[in-house]
Amino acid sequence: MRHLCEFRDRGLTISLATELDRIVDRPIRFMEVCGTHTMAIFRHGLRSLLPEDLHLISGPGCPVCVTPTGHIDAFIRIACMPGVTVATFGDLVRVPGTNGSLARARSQGARIEVVYSPIDALNLAEQRPKDLVVFPAIGFEATIPGVAATILEARRRKIQNFAVFPAHKLMPPALEALMSQSCFEIQGLLCPGHVSTIIGANAYRFLSMRYYLPCVIAGFEPADIIQALILLTRQVRYGRAEVENAYPRAVRWEGNARAQGLMQEVFEPVDSEWRGMGIIPRSGLAIQPGFSEFDITKRLDIEIPQVQGPKGCRCGEILIGQCMPSDCPLFATVCTPLDPVGPCMVSAEGTCAAYYRYGRHH
Amino acid sequence: MHGLCGGDLRCLLSLWETPLKNKTILLEHGSGGLASQELISRLFLTHLGNPVLSSLEDSAIIETSIGRLAFSTDSYTVDPIFFPGGDIGLLAVHGTINDIAMRGARPLCLSLGVILEEGLLISDLENVVLSIKEASEKAGVPVVTGDTKVVPKGKGDKVFINTSGIGIVPDGINISVKEARPGDIIMLSGTIADHGVAILTRRAGISIQGDLKSDTMALHRLVQLLVETLPEAVHTLRDPTRGGIATAFNEIAKTAGVGMDIEESKIPIRPEVEAACELLGLDPLYLASEGKFLALIAPEYAAQALDMIRLQPEGRDAAIIGKVTKDPSGRVVLKTAVGGARLVESLSGEPLPRIC
Repeated sequence: MRHLCEFRDRGLTISLATELDRIVDRPIRFMEVCGTHTMAIFRHGLRSLLPEDLHLISGPGCPVCVTPTGHIDAFIRIACMPGVTVATFGDLVRVPGTNGSLARARSQGARIEVVYSPIDALNLAEQRPKDLVVFPAIGFEATIPGVAATILEARRRKIQNFAVFPAHKLMPPALEALMSQSCFEIQGLLCPGHVSTIIGANAYRFLSMRYYLPCVIAGFEPADIIQALILLTRQVRYGRAEVENAYPRAVRWEGNARAQGLMQEVFEPVDSEWRGMGIIPRSGLAIQPGFSEFDITKRLDIEIPQVQGPKGCRCGEILIGQCMPSDCPLFATVCTPLDPVGPCMVSAEGTCAAYYRYGRHH
Repeated sequence: MHGLCGGDLRCLLSLWETPLKNKTILLEHGSGGLASQELISRLFLTHLGNPVLSSLEDSAIIETSIGRLAFSTDSYTVDPIFFPGGDIGLLAVHGTINDIAMRGARPLCLSLGVILEEGLLISDLENVVLSIKEASEKAGVPVVTGDTKVVPKGKGDKVFINTSGIGIVPDGINISVKEARPGDIIMLSGTIADHGVAILTRRAGISIQGDLKSDTMALHRLVQLLVETLPEAVHTLRDPTRGGIATAFNEIAKTAGVGMDIEESKIPIRPEVEAACELLGLDPLYLASEGKFLALIAPEYAAQALDMIRLQPEGRDAAIIGKVTKDPSGRVVLKTAVGGARLVESLSGEPLPRIC
């Protein structure tokens, strides 16, 4: 693939890894925030190329994983209502709620369709005028503008049997919440590439200024990731704390103004519950009152139950880097991709799934 | 991540020990991955298991007074029934022929069972039947018996097909997953994931520049040529359909108690298939081929076998992609294209796109 193969070049990757190995001269802990980074690191076998002293911990960047159990239960409850079709991203289908998953509900007759984008869900609503099609809107800034555009499109096309369950999360408030925990010790942040295309590199400046944390925005190819780790390590070595953009082919400092505008037109920030992190101020989005006809929580008066996560499951701590999958007693014994207990084992981007699938080679 | 599971054995044991919690059949039970394997082991083999069935080969070998017969059956439920590069009819003929060929057998004949949904256009059915005719004539494997059933609208999905087939195993040929042994060369007869990507992109309504089409194709002639010319060369054959090559590797490694070293950069994949996988967030190692085989070949025959396969139209993209090792037993290690290493596991769940 052109435009990708140069970032997957073996010679380049190995020489970058050699340079990284040369400059890591002390134990260092970095966090990769984004689930797609976690996946890419495992998929390309990059851990086997990294210096032993460099510890990468995964952050709260898997959308399915940070969605609390109460939301999953609410999605399942809606899917079981007569006349409703839930059109969802595939990752959500197998996530366990308190009792079963959307997959289980589907096997018992609930109408659940896997879609690849929110506009597919809107098109489904147009094709099935007698159904109410509900799209559970999970994900970070990278997916939010698409959902906003879909709501605007629904209004333009006058489609009334379409609604969204707003469950989006915003990355900067979560990073702030992480950094303000006294026990949280990392020396640098590998910032997400996709999210940054929307919010821009400037969005991380508060981390370098207020918390003196080195931040580097990285793409998703092997050379991108190792290059970003080199930049982070250099900052640590030279005592700097800056935001650097190592993904300039996709990310601008100011982000994507049009996408930001779409988000603001349709959504407004609200306090939001994250799995493992509790309620974080202004870290989620509600649908603006002017678009409330597309808000399923208003339309059907849905209450989101406050429930505990699965017993024994440490997904919450894994999500914030406080423990590794191997520290969880359920990992790879009771909790496997075949029979997942927590969301981190379900999503392709989940830390436990990545460790299970790719990481057990020692 | 060090020794987390105490080896796959413990994982497998825990699979056996936990009660079947899933009270209903889920879609993933049909994925060809771990859930399918669990259902087959825990339910079907528990009640029906016998030495032939429990070997879980692509086809069964039955000893008779006139020689050894290969016998196989497969059902086809693909949606959509017409897809780029083929349709359900072609798939039903090729799939069963290939399952028979994976034991080195020469396919003789097929049965054809169709379950039709009320309301199916007869012209659509005719097109499927014409494909079956074309495929079976081209392969030289006739349909010799059949059955038709119709179910009320909504109780099926257009057309489901089952085919079974019988073949003859030539004397002296013993191709089996159990025959895999350390030192064997792992060969792939062509590009991976073509069928899976063609179906998934069609189902998702995504059009991608380039020619994404199913690779459905009968492989028995290629196999026949291989086993007739180099009868001692081939130890194991497997067609990587549902679950892709990752699942096929794991099935072989676990059954034969061997390890595998695979070179990612040697695995043939068409650029447009790779691009589609990138776009949809799919791992091509887990996507189906319907016209390719994995062959484990004795090292002394590897070069000769590769040359021979490459000269045939079914195998022109064939490549050596790795080798069978003694350790780690039951594990598949992928040397990634950028020089890293990781384990490859069987498919779990359905292959689904990521969300951001």
